[in-house]
Amino acid sequence: MKALLIVIALCVSACGALAQGKSTADGIAEYRKMLEDGNPAELFEAKGEGLWKQKRGPRNMSLEQCDLGKGPGQVRGAFVELPRYFADTRKVQDLESRLLTCMETLQGFDAGEIAKTPFGRGEQLTLEALAAWISAESRGQRFNLPQGHAQERMSYELGKRAFFYRAGPHDFACASCHGEAGKRIRLQDLPKLTVNPGDGVGFAAWPAYRVSNGEMWSMQRRLNDCFRQQRFPYPGYASDLTIALGVYMGVNAKGAESIAPALKR
Amino acid sequence: MHIQRRTGRAAALGALIVLAGCAAPAPVPDYDALLAEMLKASFRDQGIATVDRLKQDASNAECSKALGNGLPEATAKAIEAANLKTVKMPADGRFIGDWKEGEKLAQNGRGMTWTDASTATSANGGNCYNCHQISPGEISYGTIGPSLTRYGRNRGVADPADPASRAIVEYTWTKLYNAKATNACSGMPRFGHAGLLDEAQLKNLMALLLDPKSIVNQ
Repeated sequence: MKALLIVIALCVSACGALAQGKSTADGIAEYRKMLEDGNPAELFEAKGEGLWKQKRGPRNMSLEQCDLGKGPGQVRGAFVELPRYFADTRKVQDLESRLLTCMETLQGFDAGEIAKTPFGRGEQLTLEALAAWISAESRGQRFNLPQGHAQERMSYELGKRAFFYRAGPHDFACASCHGEAGKRIRLQDLPKLTVNPGDGVGFAAWPAYRVSNGEMWSMQRRLNDCFRQQRFPYPGYASDLTIALGVYMGVNAKGAESIAPALKR
Repeated sequence: MHIQRRTGRAAALGALIVLAGCAAPAPVPDYDALLAEMLKASFRDQGIATVDRLKQDASNAECSKALGNGLPEATAKAIEAANLKTVKMPADGRFIGDWKEGEKLAQNGRGMTWTDASTATSANGGNCYNCHQISPGEISYGTIGPSLTRYGRNRGVADPADPASRAIVEYTWTKLYNAKATNACSGMPRFGHAGLLDEAQLKNLMALLLDPKSIVNQ
């Protein structure tokens, strides 16, 4: 399945683009259209729903009482309001850090251990499936992050500064690639993330299934690879800085329709 | 009487302080200090990508704090002057290498990430096509930087060794060596200054841009 998808993707982006003079973006849009009723992300969504309801962990409990911000067990609509402030942890949390909290408090997992686990292994596989399902439960809804709490506003301000923070051997910041509209790296379109870049673009397109490697990437994983290419050191999973960036991008994306889990190159 | 007057004055003073307290805006948090704390707590070393990379020089600090806005003219000029001082012209006075090697470097986007094994210049590409159109035949190019197609030809460089070409040759070397010497908050890495590329590699990129025989100038 994975190999087949890669072949299709290559053909759409290369053969299609060259033969018919279409851009890669057009090719991918066409490929998305073809797969509209069969985005491989659905497999992850189904797995995520199962994991949410399954009794697991040292306490043999499900996550059905997890509060994602709209009350225990309320999943629909939660994704488009995250990250937000949670009174029980007294922290602003994104979807993934909130899931870590629930896995620890409800199921008895060690959140610190899971945060240290590399992507694509162990309980990180649980998190990527949960993120796929929970985001799908808000598909078609519009981002509307709360900014009522002082810590939410503080997180936005720090996220903004982190976005423009230039450093490392290349002097890159998030803003180097995502500060202007209509720019590309090679053929890859880059969303401008200091404003609402539009429905289903940027913050509103992750988690996403990546055709090029057959993997489901959460927003944490997306940010992690951005920092790798930015030539920065390694951002901790669910670290405060990654959450602050989520608040900055999410608040900026107010009104954008979420298409997550999306389909990506 | 005397005591009463003093009490009255104290009460008035107290009222003033309370009023001032109400009217004064909440103190602005020290965002830079809070961000520094957050950076420290959020990043760790991974391979060659160590946390000391988060330290900023004056140029990066000023450009970051501007939050995407322009710098005051005087600040920009000071940053450019400081960066200009770092630029080393080639030791042997020759600026032009092999454009074919330059094209390979321009195509190569590798180097300096935590998945790269070495920080040696030989492990690094120039990343040029990520942001610039360069050879007219390469359709996979980025648009963050300006197009460099026919760079030498458009600037009238018929012979890079001709003294008439000296100014544009030195300007181009300076741009590659330290882009902040001519544009304080340029988005381009400082390839020479940051030790990303060595002199021989820079000369090959110079040839790609300026050699009349280079594919860039056809």
